[in-house]
Parts: sequence; C-alpha cells; structure tokens
Amino acid sequence: MSIPLPLPLSAPPPASAAAFRVAVYEGTGANPFPPGERTALVTALLAKGLSVSVIRPGGSAGNLVAGSLLVLGHFTDEQPDHAATDSGVSVYFRNVAGKSAAEAVELAVQVRAAANIPEPAKWKPWFPVIDYDRCTNCMQCLSFCLFDVYGVNEGKIQVQNNNKCKTDCPACSRVCPEVAILFPKYRHGPINGDVVSADDVRRESMKVDISSLLGGDIYAALRDRNAKFKSRFSKERDSDKALEERQKCLVKLGEKLDIPPEVFASLPSPDEIQRKAAEANAKAQAALEANKS
Amino acid sequence: MTKPLRVLYCHCTYANVVPKATKEEVLRRLTESDVPFDAVPDLCEMSAKKDPALADLAADGCLKIAACYPRAVKWLFHAVGVKLPDTAEVLNMRTDTADAVAAKLLEPPA
Repeated sequence: MSIPLPLPLSAPPPASAAAFRVAVYEGTGANPFPPGERTALVTALLAKGLSVSVIRPGGSAGNLVAGSLLVLGHFTDEQPDHAATDSGVSVYFRNVAGKSAAEAVELAVQVRAAANIPEPAKWKPWFPVIDYDRCTNCMQCLSFCLFDVYGVNEGKIQVQNNNKCKTDCPACSRVCPEVAILFPKYRHGPINGDVVSADDVRRESMKVDISSLLGGDIYAALRDRNAKFKSRFSKERDSDKALEERQKCLVKLGEKLDIPPEVFASLPSPDEIQRKAAEANAKAQAALEANKS
Repeated sequence: MTKPLRVLYCHCTYANVVPKATKEEVLRRLTESDVPFDAVPDLCEMSAKKDPALADLAADGCLKIAACYPRAVKWLFHAVGVKLPDTAEVLNMRTDTADAVAAKLLEPPA
C-alpha cells in the first residue's frame, strides 16, 4: 500500500529540478515519531542544509512542484522505494523506525545523491536586499560597487549578481542615503532589517564625507591600497610616508564602512578599478538620464 | 471559514545572527506541537538562489514565519518576485524570546 500523501499535482513545474525536500511524515500508514526523536531529526536535517516539511496526521506536505521529495516515517506498511507523481516530482520513501537522527540524515543524503541533486554550497548567503519602500533609485550603490553586484532593469536599480558580493562587506548600504539596502545577516540595525528610526535617517544625511576622509576620492584610496600591496616587497616601503598616510585613511575607511580586510585584498588592479569605477558611474548616469526623460 | 495555518520556520543555518538557544527552543516547541510546518535551512539562501519554493511558501493560508526582522523577510521574498501577503506575520527570533515567538506561532488563526 502506498501512503495517500496529499501531494499537489496541479501546478506546472518551474525550472527547479534540483529542488529537494524531506517530509517527516506522520499520518495514515505511519506511526508518530516520539517527540524528542522528531525534534532531533528535524534539527539534524536542517543542519545538513535540507528543507523539511513536518506533516502531522491530517496535514499535508507544502507544495513541491518539481524535484524530489523524500518521505521519512515510521511506516506500518511497505512503501515503494521510489515513485513519480503526475507532475514529475520524484517521491522516495524510507522507513526510519529504529534509526537515529544521524542515520536518517545519512539516508537523506544518500537519496539526494541518488537523485543527482547537488549538495548545497556551504556559502554564507551574503548579498544586498533592496527595500523598495525606501529606495529612491539614486544609483549611488551602482556607482559605488566595484563588483558588478548591481544593475538596472527598466530604469530601476536591482541586485543582479548577488554571488559577486563580498561576504561580510556592507559598504554599499553605508553609502545609501536612504538606508534602503539591507544585509539580513549583518550584526547591526538598520542594515540587518531592523526598523529605520529617525535617528538612522539623520545619521545618513550627516554621513561622513568619504572623499574628505580620504583626502581624495574613494577609488584613489583603493588604487593606492593596491599600490601598497604591490610594493610590499619594496625596501623603501616603510619610508613611504605618503603611502602610510593613505594606508591610515584606508583603515579609517574600512572601520567607517565596516569593510573586511579581505575585500581590500581582493580588489582588482588599479587600472581595472579605474575602468570599473568609470563603467559603473556611466551606467548609473545613463540610468538617471533615462529616468529623467 | 478560517484559512489553514501555515507555519514557516527559518533555521538561519549559515550565520550566527539568530541566538542558537532561541531558534532551537522555537524549533523544539514546533516539533512537539500538533502543527504541521515547513522548515528551511536559510531563507537568505533560498532568496539568493531564487528558489521557486518561496512563492509557494508565501501562497494563501494564514502564514506565520519565524525568522528575523520583518523588513528583511519581506524584501527577501520580494527579491524573488514574491509578495508576502499582508496578513503574513513575521516573528523575529533575533530580538524576541523563544517563548514569545513560539506562543504566537502556535496561536490558532483568528
């Protein structure tokens, strides 16, 4: 007998063949999990990067419109190892009665591999999220970011390449005059999504003038940082007072904008910085001009 | 007729910004309740990957989300073209206690 799981079959499958979900099933044809075991299992599955639907008697699985669903349960009847639904969702069943959470997770990992679904990348999802209730489309973030994270579509600023964002760097949110850029995994508000207070807005309007801080423009400072890097092996480097000054400025910049040192270290060559800065600026200007007309 | 309650829990697996004790306790209370729910390792990751499951998770029903700041959650969904229903309730495990979050999550829909 197969379990009459109330799987949704009507929605057309989008391009997410790699979707994989684990259902911790209790209902017809299965005994309930002991509470402690259920908690341990769900926790272990989540820690492994797996999405979980906990199905209680009478409930149903959240819609899975493509990909694979692994149903874990204390089944009282024999289940097929693998079945397919009309919409193309592959459903796998595994009886985990008597198995520890770790063993059940191992089963899930095996099924995921058998279904040719890649293991999730162990990546801290770090990227800007735009609060369009606040964004005024000023394009400062586009002009500022050297890593091509932002782009414009139909005159509107967008995050287009979130995978190019530098982990733990919230610098673009610091230059946003409207506090409209969030990094949900940032430590402090309002960048982490906390409510924007009147004080936050005032602080933004009084924002440190980065140019004056650096005694020039930000990209000049970054270029000099790169020059410093290149002259690391130069015998004269310690006597290079100007460079030292710039370095101090850069440290200040890093502190002010909370930019991790790794970001500075990963900056492209001075020429490339210049080119990218000009390109980003041109994109921003073009978008602003287009929006005016 | 009341709409069915749908609960979505975000484990914020890939960062340490949600207090571990809070998320573990909320998850324990959920798993020990009779409420069916969906749990995802990390909403940010789903948003970054433009996971189409977000659209379904935000679809009809009375949706309650245990995650982080409501403004962040709203725009994470928006980033994949999904509008959270106005009735969706986002509970913040970064700032609220596990007791407060769990109590609201498990409250039957009005």
